[in-house]
Amino acid sequence: MTNHWIDIRNSDCILIMGSNAAENHPISMKWVEKAMDKGATLINVDPRFTRTSSKADIYTALRSGTDIPFLAGMMNYILSNNKFHKEYAANYTNASFIVGSKFDFKDGLFTGYDPKKKKYDKSQWAFEKDGNGVPKRDLSLKDPRCVFQLMKKHYSRYTPKTVSAITGTPEADLKKVWETYAETGAVDKTGTIMYAMGWTQHTVGVQNIRMMAMIQLMLGNMGRAGGGVNALRGESNVQGSTDHCLLFHIIPGYMATPSTKLPTLADYLKRRAKSNDPLSANWWQNEPKYMVSFLKSMFGEAATADNDFGYDWMPKLDAGANYSWLTIFDEMYKGNFKGFFAWGQNPACSGANSNKTRQALGKLDWMVNVNIFDNETASFWKGPGMKPDEIKTEVFFLPCYTSVEKEGSITNSGRWMQWRYAASKPPRGCKSDGDIMVELFEKVREMYETDGKFPEPIKNMRWDFVKDGKFDANSVAKLVNGYFEKDATVKGKSFKKGTLVPSFAYLLTDGSTSSGNWLYCNSYTEKGNMAARRGKKDPTGMGLYPEWSWCWPVNRRIIYNRASVDLNGKPWSPDKNILEYKDGKWVGDVPDGGWPPMTNKEKTKRPFIMKPDGVGSVFGPGRADGPFPEHYEPLECPVPKNLMSSQRINPVAPVYGTEADAHLSCDPRFPFVGTTYRVTEHWQTGILTRWQPWLLELQPQLFVEMSIELGKLKGINNGDMCKVSSARGEVEAVAIVTGRFKPFKVQGTTVHQIGLPWCFGWIYPKDGGDSANLLTASTGDPNTRIPETKAFMVNVEKLGKRRA
Amino acid sequence: MSLTRREFLKWSGTAGAAAAAMCLGFDLRPVSSYAADLKILKAKETTTICPYCAVGCGLIVHTKKSGKLLNAEGDPDHPINEGALCAKGAALYQMTVNKNRMKNPLYRAPESDEWEEIEWDEAIEKIAKRIKETRDATFTEKNAKGQMVNRTTGIAHVGSAALDNEECWLLQGIMRAMGLVYIEHQARI
Repeated sequence: MTNHWIDIRNSDCILIMGSNAAENHPISMKWVEKAMDKGATLINVDPRFTRTSSKADIYTALRSGTDIPFLAGMMNYILSNNKFHKEYAANYTNASFIVGSKFDFKDGLFTGYDPKKKKYDKSQWAFEKDGNGVPKRDLSLKDPRCVFQLMKKHYSRYTPKTVSAITGTPEADLKKVWETYAETGAVDKTGTIMYAMGWTQHTVGVQNIRMMAMIQLMLGNMGRAGGGVNALRGESNVQGSTDHCLLFHIIPGYMATPSTKLPTLADYLKRRAKSNDPLSANWWQNEPKYMVSFLKSMFGEAATADNDFGYDWMPKLDAGANYSWLTIFDEMYKGNFKGFFAWGQNPACSGANSNKTRQALGKLDWMVNVNIFDNETASFWKGPGMKPDEIKTEVFFLPCYTSVEKEGSITNSGRWMQWRYAASKPPRGCKSDGDIMVELFEKVREMYETDGKFPEPIKNMRWDFVKDGKFDANSVAKLVNGYFEKDATVKGKSFKKGTLVPSFAYLLTDGSTSSGNWLYCNSYTEKGNMAARRGKKDPTGMGLYPEWSWCWPVNRRIIYNRASVDLNGKPWSPDKNILEYKDGKWVGDVPDGGWPPMTNKEKTKRPFIMKPDGVGSVFGPGRADGPFPEHYEPLECPVPKNLMSSQRINPVAPVYGTEADAHLSCDPRFPFVGTTYRVTEHWQTGILTRWQPWLLELQPQLFVEMSIELGKLKGINNGDMCKVSSARGEVEAVAIVTGRFKPFKVQGTTVHQIGLPWCFGWIYPKDGGDSANLLTASTGDPNTRIPETKAFMVNVEKLGKRRA
Repeated sequence: MSLTRREFLKWSGTAGAAAAAMCLGFDLRPVSSYAADLKILKAKETTTICPYCAVGCGLIVHTKKSGKLLNAEGDPDHPINEGALCAKGAALYQMTVNKNRMKNPLYRAPESDEWEEIEWDEAIEKIAKRIKETRDATFTEKNAKGQMVNRTTGIAHVGSAALDNEECWLLQGIMRAMGLVYIEHQARI
């Protein structure tokens, strides 16, 4: 989230799309309702009428996988009716930038497409630059090659009629949503978006979100109270685990994983291009401080200037190669891994194409699963269709503590890092995850004392935060913040060796400081553990609560907040004052850099400080699938053609090729659109909740929801047992025949959609059904490779009456 | 009469119980209020944050001196949830006090159709050995193009967004120190 949960109350219009917040983030609705009490409008767009829809002022449906045309039509409406925030768009976004002459778009393809490699040459989308290398701009937004004009032309194709024919949403509903949300383009109004996996889990996932981010920028909603782009994250610490980069492509603090493209530390430290624009903050020019401090946290005293602070000890990726989730299970399926850790995760149910995943686990030599309860991953070898005597995988199951049995912090969607304490005594026989890590690594290190390949990184890993072989959350939290590793003077202040670094502004490139994650530098200082704070002061009256816990970066509660003020530093909305320039200083939230307002041309910097040009990108030349979001159908879809172009699917979407990767569009065997979702009573694959009698009683069994019309068509009644199948697998589920789904009119034909939750699995309860991911396909977004589990093709057939 | 929401709930709850008690012909009020207090009387209160979705609701956990978990409920002082919880959060107690919890490391041998219990020390020793054998057998100092890579592609890791920040940092640290590049978790799906 660029903003945070409580801030939703400050919004004039809330769009919930790609999320069912009332079901999956129930307490968020407290703040939605607070906004509605003050007159805000709630709009909900979802293929199915949900608990969220029941609270909405305006609800309409769209077919799964058609969010881009829905929103592209909104952009068309905003631009052609001059509903955008002109001053904001011209000054704070790249709408005024002139795009180079090579850029073009024809029949679904941007220039630079290589059909053999299924890849774009993105250099053809570059901005035109002046003699100093600064992008050329036309602040009047009239130049035919400026982003604004190109965007206007691009989205003029998305007329209400065309959009309706693709999405299945009635034209009148489209107009109502577009007009209502576009009202937040008024200078003093703000609108917000609450989205979740309904947007990410598509072959166009990133562009779904970009489309909305572009709308937010054009309406002037970014950086402002009641605005922003707000991802509702589904796991208590998925924000923190992402910040600390348990991901192949990044290392803590969103820095690139070392690769063959950056063979030496010197290459790494100069990798960020510097903008020549004097108004750019050029924030990433600070990266060398963050990287060297990270290496000091990894390798401690062994990391010196002479050995490039241990840079060679960091494993390197092959430049351009992919090591993501889908690729892991593809390689595993092909027998290319020996060992595997599934730590606090249940991939046999959670990823796309569960049959492929489960088969893949059988091709390992060994696997370690750490969890609180038994699950479909740990016990995969005795699952449905498995023959244990043919499966060679050795499996270790390690039981761990629950969240109330250990100490440490988690970071919520609003970037609040909140401390938890050990409350209850753990059962004998379990260990904390931290202790398991410590014991395991100490044992591996001991084995490398005598021999072994390339032992240096193992022997030299910093370990002074471990005391008596025990994990200590406070010590690790301090290292994540960072220390002065020697006496140093920074910005006129002297610090003794061993002092905690007050904030990332004090980090150094010469090895004098450590910081496990620069974004968290300022979270645990000499003033104490900031995440443990419980102060309730609210000086702005806007619900920022700056003394409650701590939020990254540097306790800034709304990021890009200097875009909440006009060029003079006065809030665009006087009644939503989170930041104002008064008497030569900023008052309110921690500003995104302390530079004076834009009218001070000598000293100012543009507000989007993490972007090279300092502005929000309505034109995004860095994306794999084009600088403007464009509609493509899901890999599996119910229509023979894409009404927008002759490219039916995203031309750069990854497709895997094993025999477990079948996919079929417009096949009479799988005529219905399928989607997946969750229920309040279960969490993710259900592994923590299915074993709890109170919750299981509320939601005991897999169900499939379908429209009354589809029920009639297939002779299925409420409560019947059904088989739902796709090209990859099948599940049995109880039918819920309901008015919550309605058939769609798409390209003149009727399209039915069904949906089912993915929180069940064969291991428990008996007869509870299995994972809905048995149906989904191993394909995903070309930028992130998040799987496309929200749109696929299925069949549904009646099996008989529900078992007692 | 002016009542806060909390007082109102208390008051209406008592009234309801009283009405029910009258039907039975005797007054249960003192018993029920004594029983309600008893459970968390003298219990230790510890604040925590809900482990499910990322709204980050606050809870208060009550434990006995022995460390036994008695109760978990919404923290009324927490600014996000102000004491409210969803069905999962309200059931937090049952994730911890649960007879289905695994309380011993388990081992499944190749081609076996059953789990066997294993001691922690043995499990750690065996896993460490597998890591070393695999790492040594698959470690690549240079890739096919002759570029330095210093990695192992024989081991993959997934997990976890359910871990604490400090555990996440350490986990990425040890996995990278061991040379893994296939490191992923829930954020990718």
